[in-house]
Amino acid sequence: MTKIKTQYNRRSFLKVSTAAGGGMLLGFSWLASCSPTPEQIRKMPDTWFDINGFLKIGDNGLVTIMSPNPEIGQNVKTAMPMIIAEELDIDWNEVLVEQAPLNTDIFTRQLAGGSQSIRQGWQSLRMAGATARHMLVMAAAKVWQVPHNEITTALGTLYHKASDKSMGYGEVAGAASKLTVPEEVVLKEPKDFNIIGSSRLNVDGPDIIQGKPLFGLDIQEEGMLTAMIVHPPAFGMKYKAANTKEILSMPGIRDAFPINIYPEGAQKQWSDGGGIAELVAIVGETTWQCMQAKKALKVEWEQVSTLESSSDHEEALTKLLNTPSKVAARKDGNVNKAFANANKVIERTYSAPFLAHNTMEPMNFFANITAEKAILKGPIQTPEFLEKTIESVLDMPIEHIDIQMTRMGGGFGRRLYGHFGVEAAVISKKMQAPIKLVYSREDDMTQGTYRPAYKVRYKAGLDAEGKLIAWHVIGAGTNDDLVFENRFPAGAVDNYLAEKHRLESNITTGAWRAPRSNFIAGAEQSFIDEVAELAGKDPIDFRLELFDRAINDPVGDPKTNDYDPKRFAGVLQLAREKSGWSSNKTNRSLGVSAYYCHNSYVAEIIDLEMDGNMPKINKVWCAVDCGIVINPLSARNQIEGGIIDGIGHATYSALSFENGKPEQQNFDTYQLIRQKQAPKEIETFFVDNGIDPTGLGEPSLPPISGALANALYKATGTRYYRQPFISERQVIG
Amino acid sequence: MAKFNVNINGKQREIEVDPTTPMLWVLRDHLKLVGTKYGCGVAQCGACTVHLGDNAVRSCQLPISAVGDKEITTIEGLSEHGDHPVQKAWIEEDVYQCGYCQAGQIMNATAFLKSNPNPTEGEIEAAMHGNICRCGTYTRIKKAIQSAANSKIA
Ligand code: FES
Ligand code: FES
Repeated sequence: MTKIKTQYNRRSFLKVSTAAGGGMLLGFSWLASCSPTPEQIRKMPDTWFDINGFLKIGDNGLVTIMSPNPEIGQNVKTAMPMIIAEELDIDWNEVLVEQAPLNTDIFTRQLAGGSQSIRQGWQSLRMAGATARHMLVMAAAKVWQVPHNEITTALGTLYHKASDKSMGYGEVAGAASKLTVPEEVVLKEPKDFNIIGSSRLNVDGPDIIQGKPLFGLDIQEEGMLTAMIVHPPAFGMKYKAANTKEILSMPGIRDAFPINIYPEGAQKQWSDGGGIAELVAIVGETTWQCMQAKKALKVEWEQVSTLESSSDHEEALTKLLNTPSKVAARKDGNVNKAFANANKVIERTYSAPFLAHNTMEPMNFFANITAEKAILKGPIQTPEFLEKTIESVLDMPIEHIDIQMTRMGGGFGRRLYGHFGVEAAVISKKMQAPIKLVYSREDDMTQGTYRPAYKVRYKAGLDAEGKLIAWHVIGAGTNDDLVFENRFPAGAVDNYLAEKHRLESNITTGAWRAPRSNFIAGAEQSFIDEVAELAGKDPIDFRLELFDRAINDPVGDPKTNDYDPKRFAGVLQLAREKSGWSSNKTNRSLGVSAYYCHNSYVAEIIDLEMDGNMPKINKVWCAVDCGIVINPLSARNQIEGGIIDGIGHATYSALSFENGKPEQQNFDTYQLIRQKQAPKEIETFFVDNGIDPTGLGEPSLPPISGALANALYKATGTRYYRQPFISERQVIG
Repeated sequence: MAKFNVNINGKQREIEVDPTTPMLWVLRDHLKLVGTKYGCGVAQCGACTVHLGDNAVRSCQLPISAVGDKEITTIEGLSEHGDHPVQKAWIEEDVYQCGYCQAGQIMNATAFLKSNPNPTEGEIEAAMHGNICRCGTYTRIKKAIQSAANSKIA
């Protein structure tokens, strides 16, 4: 029996009250943690106990969850009610999920990022569901005057079989809300789950296919104007002057003016990221009118720092790879000695360009700022940080700021950086009118906040038996240092050295789906493939040997190794079995790759053939260990999306710079993967191990570029070192 | 500014607007039909796809002055209750992630299936190549189109 405590040290994760309009309102902490050790309890921060989610059972039996987490396409809006419905024992179709507005008094973690929504909500949602069920049972026992353990529940109804009594949850919800919250409740055993682990359709599906107004860009309000911005054409430039007066006579244009969204003394948050302080704003009646005025606007810019080009980054990153770091990120054994003694040594360099997020829905935000109140609405992953910046920029008490979240037309990390919300607020305040700020695709693509450009060099040494005895990795990125020193193969090689550098750049960067992993996983897994070949071993066997080493005789303290070698080997074996790898037909070009990030393990195998010089991907097998899978249908969707995203960017996409100016500004020059280029089939297999669920939004993306490069090598005889694979000339570096 | 009379989803609508205004913005800003999405504005992504008569067109490239008396159908007018066979197939296959591109995908798919009710896999891929899905739902889009085609009522 799994019991979960609902309180520690007289602090409770739950609060119950009678709902307005009747029924029961159960507030719960999103961060509630199950069975912590006494040490952990002592350290548990008070914020963990803050109530930040609500479960309401109306006296009509209707169940509503008010969720603090925004939806960015990862389908938590379906997964969350499934978890609640499971423990509460109701028909999951009868749970409604409402997006709660930001209210930092009661909501804490209101952030979609790092694939953590379900991981963190898991215990809390179960606890809330189980507690509510328990209290309903207790209330029914009182009404019926029977022992509570004789009462059973199913699909939202309470039963006392012996006396043939039954009633709906709604009938006792009000009475239940007057009981005290139990100190601990019993959770279901995973083997008894019947909603969790079953495939359920996305609850927003019907609205999506009918084109209902769900997104920030769809907001329409009484008296609302449209605003657009003009930002510097190149990084390293700043606003100087503009002919704003001249465009005021254009049809529909209400005003045009320079703004500074971070005035002197304004306190910025990390989430303001690469927000550009000085911009020109154009406000008009319609989007098209603003777009015309934008074209007519002539702005004078001045250079304030270096105008960087992609060739400069290339050179500077290479220079960094040739420079030993002052302090090694991790060092086991002695690599220099091992390389000197090695039978074979191989060294390869991998690189990737900047990438834009290119969410399908460009950045936008609605703001209505009056003297008394700031109302902001739109697609954002970090509303509580936006609120803090707004508080400082508008100098307005936080209680007067109301931030609401809409569905997001894609996130991929981009909507963690909410400077566009600040821009909307500053423009609305100046106009004294509600405005919707709209970025054009070009504004969106050239604004910054990119996935950094990266370069990494690997060196490996093999002994006479083809055993890996030395490994050296040195990596660098723009505003980022790339290398995860404790990830595989750390712990599996006696002599190991990891070094990292960071190249400062005025081109702004930010988190992009699976930060750093999105590039380094593919580079590492391509290199391992080449090392295995040099060792004369099957690439899967070669990896499994390394996991064996990490399991049986780990190098260094196994706790510092940032992976579980057993689970890692498990996904690799599963992918091998499902793809029929061992019975590798000679005409198949298969490539394998495996990676661990965001607490989940993924192994992928690609089968492709060449169609001229373009790869045609016949199939991808994907084995995933992310613990319990809440909703396999949507979990598969996430996995498939990550795979297609990863293949697309590694093969086709790049953002390059000439004198600080992005050379791609729209999808005519910035290539994204399209229908014909996507795999014909993707088959996903989940490891069934009953472990608590971990992230799914990101982990399938990082390894896939490695599997692709390795399959491409099989098909073409060329190794792929430089992304994007299709347009870059592949040279051994 | 000029007055136009256009037939949208079976209704005559009178709009006074600059003749160069693309239908995308007429729909979104003037008629508040926001199901049709803006993705690129340069005919590259297909998020803005609507039907002009029986053909799928990119509304970001269609100035209102070029519409004439042809009927325009948007996602809002595709079916009354979201029960067009293609929409139903989309639900069954659980196609969407963020959902932003899907109105354009569905509008392109419905026009395509009307002209080619029994497409091969290659024909579907070619027909849908112009619609970007940044979330990467391509395999499901293809499956949904195949299953709508098999239901023979598209
Ligand atoms: S918005 Fe029309 S094709 Fe992209
Ligand atoms: S579902 Fe997000 S862009 Fe297609």
